[in-house]
Amino acid sequence: MRMHEYQAKQVFRQHGIPTARGELALNPEQVRKIAEKLGGKVVLKSQVLVGGRGKAGGIKLANSADEAYELAKQMFGMVIKGHRVEKLYVEEQLEIDREMYVGFTIDRASKGFALIVSSVGGMDIEEIAEKHPDRIARVTVDPTYGLWDYQIREVLYKSNMPREYHKEVTRIIKPLYGILVHNEAELTEINPLVVTRDGRIIAADARLNIDDNALYRHPELKELKDYTEVDQTERIAEEKGLNFVKLDGNIGVIANGAGMSMATMDLIYLEGGKPANFLDVGGGASSEVVKEAVGIILMDESVKVIFMNIFGGITRCDEVAKGLITAFSEMEIPVPVVLRLAGTNEEEGRKLIGEFIKEKGIGSIHLVETMEEGAKKAVELAKGV
Amino acid sequence: MAIIIDENTRAIVQGITGSQGRFHAERMIAYGTKIVGGVTPGKGGSEVLGVPVFDTVKEAVEGTGANASVIFVPAAFAGDAIMEAVDAGVEVIVAITEGIPVYDELKVYKKVKAEGRILIGPNCPGVMSVEKSHLGIMPPQIFSEGNVGIVSRSGTLTYQVAYNLTKLGIGQSTVVGIGGDRIIGTSFVEVLEMFEKDDQTELVVLIGEIGGTDEEEAAKFIEKKMSKPVVGYIAGITAPPGKRMGHAGAIIEGGKGTAESKIKALNEVGVEVGRTPMEVAEIVKRKLKG
Repeated sequence: MRMHEYQAKQVFRQHGIPTARGELALNPEQVRKIAEKLGGKVVLKSQVLVGGRGKAGGIKLANSADEAYELAKQMFGMVIKGHRVEKLYVEEQLEIDREMYVGFTIDRASKGFALIVSSVGGMDIEEIAEKHPDRIARVTVDPTYGLWDYQIREVLYKSNMPREYHKEVTRIIKPLYGILVHNEAELTEINPLVVTRDGRIIAADARLNIDDNALYRHPELKELKDYTEVDQTERIAEEKGLNFVKLDGNIGVIANGAGMSMATMDLIYLEGGKPANFLDVGGGASSEVVKEAVGIILMDESVKVIFMNIFGGITRCDEVAKGLITAFSEMEIPVPVVLRLAGTNEEEGRKLIGEFIKEKGIGSIHLVETMEEGAKKAVELAKGV
Repeated sequence: MAIIIDENTRAIVQGITGSQGRFHAERMIAYGTKIVGGVTPGKGGSEVLGVPVFDTVKEAVEGTGANASVIFVPAAFAGDAIMEAVDAGVEVIVAITEGIPVYDELKVYKKVKAEGRILIGPNCPGVMSVEKSHLGIMPPQIFSEGNVGIVSRSGTLTYQVAYNLTKLGIGQSTVVGIGGDRIIGTSFVEVLEMFEKDDQTELVVLIGEIGGTDEEEAAKFIEKKMSKPVVGYIAGITAPPGKRMGHAGAIIEGGKGTAESKIKALNEVGVEVGRTPMEVAEIVKRKLKG
């Protein structure tokens, strides 16, 4: 779960990391009031959960409360990379002398945490690594032993950060590690960490991503999840316990298992088509789940054909067939369905579908033998061949 | 021979009285796996499927001489179950559970490695040494005994490839599902190392997916240490960056972990990567003939 900047900053402040003064606004009137309180010179920051909002026009400077009000009127409702701006974080403007970077992530390769520090900041970390390899340093922190001072010293030296900042930055890195571990975060990041003209070091931005699997241990954070930021269909799928990711093609994909679902998308692509989604019904899916999956796919109006690709291990092909039959009986399915059933109870499943097609005279179900053949057929149907 | 488990493996099932644990324990026993007991705290002294149930793993190990464990307990308790198995001296631990908090996985990983045990998973379909022993949830009927080893991050794709191989008359030695999480107990490299030493295995199929750099690490290992041929498959060419594709570990982050990068790394060290599961089986067939 990715938290908004204003939420993350609240956590940062609680742990003693300095941030600029600011408040959240939900409409232009509130923006004006907050701007007045902060002395007029403010920065308006869209609270949307995507990177690069600054470049996309989601961050604006105002020199008076009136200007802030006018800007806010334009900013509320604007769409940044598919995310609608509904909240603005209004902060005092900082006079910035220098931008730097500190952050922690989980490092898969070393099975620990990576502490990354850079004496430049304000662009994303990959860009820093590419453009300023001599100004960035990382060290692995073993979760068993925690973070030690020598590790911080090492990255500060290696990042060529001016020594005058070391003490103050160390005072930020330590609580940042505390925030990481305490909240079971996958990522804590301050980018940029700024030095102001009057010599203060302040977290100008804040990122905090929490491990979804651990949210049950952090009910106070779970409450902060902003469902307006989640794609409507993805949200419904999540409620139904399905793994769904929206893509921009027109062939709906239903498969079992994450790897199989991805392989199905890839096959469609290899055949010259475009998948509309990733949807994994999981292991041992019941007919009810299969029916729900069809419903979710049909919520996307760009879908021209559904390719249901099942390899039955724990999942039983007859159960999947029953689910599809129920779907056809209970809802209107305006697009053709390509169905491939293999593995456990394959014969029973194929028989059920065969009988259903014959009995109801349904011409829109195409039963295929292999996933390769299925992908080909789905692409043909999507192209209207 | 085979790797990780064989006919001498004596296993317990942690969570044997739960619906998943019981269902799969029954299938494992039917396959001929030596399931010698189960553990469910509070249910000690009872019996399930003809094997004794214990309150603790320590009691189960003492009472049955078990040297392996399969874990079916829910995510919130699975880290605890793995730690208990390690402390009780279990050598091979197979964790099926999906959704374990990553901080639990990190701690468990350190413990397992410090004690020199083998952890397969979490979030995996288990291990199958064909005709010898099966710990996990794989459908046994699709496998046939032979000399191709399979190591994979994906359950269903493993089944698909094994099924294709079996149809072509090519059998398998051991099939290892290493799991779809970010932090897993056993990497591709570790399993490749075992296959390299295994007499029964002549060729290895490696099934990877987007996320992390395990496949790239495997490529380095193959170049330096592997004499047996390896055939690859990588899922997720069409996966968008920044989105988790079902598995917690299947995500392209900061431009890292793309399918292209993995395919390239494997190709560069001479590993042929099939574009479809069918093609993988055909490449294997061709390589075995030559």
